[in-house]
Amino acid sequence: MEKQEYTITLYTENSIGMIGRISGIFSRRKINIESLNTSPSEVEGIHRFTILITESEEVVRKLCRQIEKQVEVLKAYFNTNDELIWQEQALYKVPANMIAEKAYVERLLRQYGANVVVIRNDYIVFETAGHREEIDRLTEELGKYNLIEFVRGARIAIIKESAGFHSKLIQFEKTEPSPEIVENEFLDQQDNVFTM
Amino acid sequence: MSTLEKTEKEQATSATTQQLSGSQAVLEALIHEGVDTIFGYPGGAIMPIYDALYDYNDKLTHILVRHEQGGIHAAQGYARTSKRVGVAFATSGPGATNLVTGLADAMIDSNPIVCITGQVFASLLGTDAFQETDVINITTPVTKWNYQVTDATEIPGVLARAFYIARTGRPGPVLIDITKNAQLQLFDYKGYEFCNHIRSYRPQPIVRHEYIEQAAQLINEAKKPFVIFGQGIILGKAEQELKNFIEKGGFPAATTVMGLSALETDHPQHVGMLGMHGNYAPNVMTNECDVLIAIGMRFDDRVTGRLDKYAKQAQVIHLDIDPAEIDKNVKTTVPVWGDCKETLPLLTNLINQQDHSNWLQQFRELEKEEIKEVIHDELNPTSDVMTMGEVINVLNELTGGNAVIVTDVGQHQMVTCRYAKFNSSNSNVTSGGLGTMGFGLPAAIGAWYGAPERDVVAIIGDGGIQMTIQELGTIMQFGAKVKILILNNEFLGMVRQWQQLFHDKRYSFVNITSPDFVAVAKGYYIDGNKISERKDLRDALKTMLDHDSSYLLEVMVGKENNVFPMVAQGTSVSEIRLK
Repeated sequence: MEKQEYTITLYTENSIGMIGRISGIFSRRKINIESLNTSPSEVEGIHRFTILITESEEVVRKLCRQIEKQVEVLKAYFNTNDELIWQEQALYKVPANMIAEKAYVERLLRQYGANVVVIRNDYIVFETAGHREEIDRLTEELGKYNLIEFVRGARIAIIKESAGFHSKLIQFEKTEPSPEIVENEFLDQQDNVFTM
Repeated sequence: MSTLEKTEKEQATSATTQQLSGSQAVLEALIHEGVDTIFGYPGGAIMPIYDALYDYNDKLTHILVRHEQGGIHAAQGYARTSKRVGVAFATSGPGATNLVTGLADAMIDSNPIVCITGQVFASLLGTDAFQETDVINITTPVTKWNYQVTDATEIPGVLARAFYIARTGRPGPVLIDITKNAQLQLFDYKGYEFCNHIRSYRPQPIVRHEYIEQAAQLINEAKKPFVIFGQGIILGKAEQELKNFIEKGGFPAATTVMGLSALETDHPQHVGMLGMHGNYAPNVMTNECDVLIAIGMRFDDRVTGRLDKYAKQAQVIHLDIDPAEIDKNVKTTVPVWGDCKETLPLLTNLINQQDHSNWLQQFRELEKEEIKEVIHDELNPTSDVMTMGEVINVLNELTGGNAVIVTDVGQHQMVTCRYAKFNSSNSNVTSGGLGTMGFGLPAAIGAWYGAPERDVVAIIGDGGIQMTIQELGTIMQFGAKVKILILNNEFLGMVRQWQQLFHDKRYSFVNITSPDFVAVAKGYYIDGNKISERKDLRDALKTMLDHDSSYLLEVMVGKENNVFPMVAQGTSVSEIRLK
């Protein structure tokens, strides 16, 4: 199966050591985490992890089951990029004189929708948010104009489907045990399965 | 508030609620959870708990092991025979790190274990204090759950969680690390509350009836159905449910190493053991059956051999409590998640009463071949040197298959698993997943405490016994009636076998020498005997079994015997070699 970008969304209890516990599941299998973000979720006391990896669907599915096996993880979901609205944020520190002297730089920043965060007489800090490729392009351009410092944040993502994960999560919390288990692909192919 | 007022206030509180130290709260929790035996070793950071233990001697038996690894293996053995949670104590630093092998072993073999480790004062965490180690991070990958307590008020709740997590769902080891200040701290103890729910934890997936129906349909249409079962049957206490299922359906059934004893060896539908050194028929037939029904097993690579040639012709039904096992190694046609104690009867209800005796007969035909090529000579050797198989065979005759059989890891383990007879469940204690040499002796000690009314025979190789031989001291001091049977082939036999078969007989560091084991046992005031001739075998085993305390019997066996059949690494189960 072909590898592609998958965004894994986890809901966990907010306890110490969760990052280590989760990241160990990846590192044990020699899988690189491209970005990892943790934040509170819309549910009280529940944390949300957003993890970006490039892997095949089969591997991602297995990983999610291993992650869900952790006592403090409520649910793990994985999605391809087209199922998500996602953003990454970046900060750029550029010498102030570059902006003043080079109109091109200013145009560039406008073009990428960068916002000014801080203005000082020695440097200016800009912020953009968007997809990786746009950020990478801007970084490359600014690199030509003495970009002093650059940092990109982890991906954060929200599912396009209107109900999102929320209803599933609420359902998980209400029911014991949970009926919400990864669907089995064979369920949809009953006719094929039963030709013996 | 003045000091005086504060003291008065504290006194007023203690009049209404009970003041306990964190250490006392730990022991109270153990008592509430029904723990009667602890395997442990004291040290600086766990001293307050041991101090409290001094006053709990009448309620809790503490077995002082000789090494923390022995402590946790004993707890594992205890858990396996008693069907209860095994408990081990260790101090911080080296005490805690010595538990790691046992934790990994318990994790992979799903043993319910709670380990309590002492930790340095919370104020010293992260300062490289004396005997400080980051035990939580060290043990994270080898525990089902772990937690560090720094405040005594957390102790009752955390221990309730620990026991709940260890024994529910797919069981596993839990480690609770308690800093010394928390052990010493006095707090208002409001009693012990059992845990039966954790927000993020669903130990049992809900049973999906549509899957049960689909599975039943597949089974009813099958011409050549084949059941393979693992330790899930034992952990789920579903031995009777398994029997009802296979008897109604008329299925041949084979076991994994960990599933041994879940179905009595003599059951007419028991067709033997799967895997690398399993029986010929079940391995070959895995690639002949049309529906493979896997129950409470996890398709370990030692069971499947080469995966891309494993049961490719079959529709696979997988019953397991752990959703992560479904499709992990073998693609499932119908997954049946849930506790097999619950799912097996549902499935049994839906399947037709069937007779597959012709199909079963095919297994018996292959079995004849194995008997002719392997088993007959192993059990009735023509040469003077004894084989491991004949020792186990005579042992079977003497125990009648009623003993708890504990093994270490290696050739003797595989031979024992192949030939030992089991009449009842919870009788096979071995390190299946991790393959931990040194497991046998301490696990046997724990197994005896878990079932002191039963005969416990520890069958151990000359290599493995030397890894944890210090636990003879535990037997000496506390009197576990463990019968130790050393099968000595003067080699690290399994590695030697591989070097012979796959490395042109380049024997690299497999010729291990041994001390005079009988003399060593004598040094620990344990009686023993050593034999090297067949004529002495039966009497020597009988003496060992009849002895009223622990006993060590060393049996010299053929030096370069191999365990066959064998599914060589990288080959398919149907390519199993008989020689």
